[in-house]
Amino acid sequence: MDAAVQVKVKRRKLNSYKKAQRNTAILFLIPNFLGFLIFIVYPVLKSLYISFFNWDGLGNAEFIGIQNYVRLFQDSTFRISFWNNIHYTLVTVPLSIFLGILIALLMNTKIKGIQVFRVIYFLPQITSMVAIGIVWTTVLANYGPVNQFLMTFGMENPPQWLSSTQWALISVEIVSIWRSMGYNAVILLAGLQGINAELYEAAKIDGAGVFKRFTKVTIPMLSPTIFLCLVMQMIGSFQVFDTIMAMTQGGPGRATNVLTYYIYQRAFVDWRFGYASAVAYVLFAIILVFTLIQFIGQRKWVNY
Amino acid sequence: MKKKQVASRALIIFLLVLVAFIMIMPFIWMVLGSVKMKSELFAVPLKWLPETPVWKNYTDVFEKVPFLQFYWNTAKVAVLATLGQVVTCALSAYAFSKLEFRGRDVLFMFYLATMMIPGQVTMVPQYELMNHLNLLNNHWTLILLRWFSPFGVFLLRQFFISIPDSLVEAARIDGAREVKIFTTVICPLAKPAFATLTTLTFLNAWNEFMGPLIFLNEKSKFTLQMGIRYFQQMFGTEYTLIMASTTMSLIPILLIYMLAQKYFIEGIAASGIKG
Repeated sequence: MDAAVQVKVKRRKLNSYKKAQRNTAILFLIPNFLGFLIFIVYPVLKSLYISFFNWDGLGNAEFIGIQNYVRLFQDSTFRISFWNNIHYTLVTVPLSIFLGILIALLMNTKIKGIQVFRVIYFLPQITSMVAIGIVWTTVLANYGPVNQFLMTFGMENPPQWLSSTQWALISVEIVSIWRSMGYNAVILLAGLQGINAELYEAAKIDGAGVFKRFTKVTIPMLSPTIFLCLVMQMIGSFQVFDTIMAMTQGGPGRATNVLTYYIYQRAFVDWRFGYASAVAYVLFAIILVFTLIQFIGQRKWVNY
Repeated sequence: MKKKQVASRALIIFLLVLVAFIMIMPFIWMVLGSVKMKSELFAVPLKWLPETPVWKNYTDVFEKVPFLQFYWNTAKVAVLATLGQVVTCALSAYAFSKLEFRGRDVLFMFYLATMMIPGQVTMVPQYELMNHLNLLNNHWTLILLRWFSPFGVFLLRQFFISIPDSLVEAARIDGAREVKIFTTVICPLAKPAFATLTTLTFLNAWNEFMGPLIFLNEKSKFTLQMGIRYFQQMFGTEYTLIMASTTMSLIPILLIYMLAQKYFIEGIAASGIKG
């Protein structure tokens, strides 16, 4: 056999090997990919499509262009829900990460049995939000443990929490911070433990105090982990639903109405599928914009 | 110096215990409340312990709603959803990490991109689709919707990639077929990843609320989350019974958490996706 033929045979072998591997790959992919197309990709596209229709899910759909998108900006409940979402995100995300950092610092000490604390701090995260939300409604009741605690410390008229328009959103935010701060702490603790101890030694030798070491070593070295928490928490906070459903159903009045709850009601209480889909896409756009802002902003403060 | 250290250590322990108390206070309140008399729950001054535990609260819950049915429904959905998801995602993850084909990375990026889309975007068409398939008010809806999770593919693929290609190549040279390599080389090595995905999916399926809320409408089909919500709506002032029902809904997951807390914490921390 001469060289040219040899190369040809080799190439054919290689080609048939590649083909075989591609065919195997298709077999491996198909179960998941088919379901992915049907139950995820198709609904995502279909949702965009029906957002341009007036449709109750049963009768004929009527094409109305961008009417749904125009209409939602004139709806006061949409506006209130939007601002409640913003309030909720701006309060819960920074606070739960800040408290998470403090707790992580506490946990980052050599104390026997620290594992027990880790298990306890993580507990709220694994329990269902519906169950724990229902429990919290009684914890925050007018004569519940929180208010009685406040009263023994001399507060005569403690807040009415969930039944007051002024405090309801804050109550929900408190519960949400309670639930996520331990989770953040566990993630941030992993980040803390990854910081090289020599950096602290060097800073000490240079005469940096505890506070300076925290701001000049800990925070910069932890910034990638903080950024990760920030992005994840923010995306999650815009999708808050179970908490609202279990604790307030958007009330009192519209004080705790948020976009997910608004979408759910338009879709499955009013059966306005087209309109609900339009709002869902707006929510998606809001999440995208906030995520982009964070990714752009990270260049200024995240240290890789 | 020594004294200062002892003091700061004591302060840290005090703060750790304080935070721990804040974290478990609602749970203690719930369990104790579930065996209180109705008049004791919001008594002034506050009573943490009931005079005599009212175990009857628990049997009352069973008389009012089919709680055993809720347990069974939830367990069925969670187990089947988890099994299916692990299988389809593992197969895909193998193709995405150990097989070569054109467009592989583009397709994978496409999977990743869909992970960012909130559930509200897909919920209306999914409802309509399930209606067409005659699967409304059917547990298979909840199970099927979990089987094709892009997140599961992502999690397993990340782990499979860390398994050296040389192991796979060696098996190929020995003439092993891909299915055999997948089951005898990759799967045994990926046990930790499977454990993580299993606990995570099981937990999310167990705690899921929006899906059952939308797709189920008969009491006999309800999962636990729907069940306790239903109970809260029907018997809104029976707070002690509500406490008993939430306590019961949490017991299975708490038991599993105690046994496998390592996987829960690492799994959730690794995923960043919350239930």
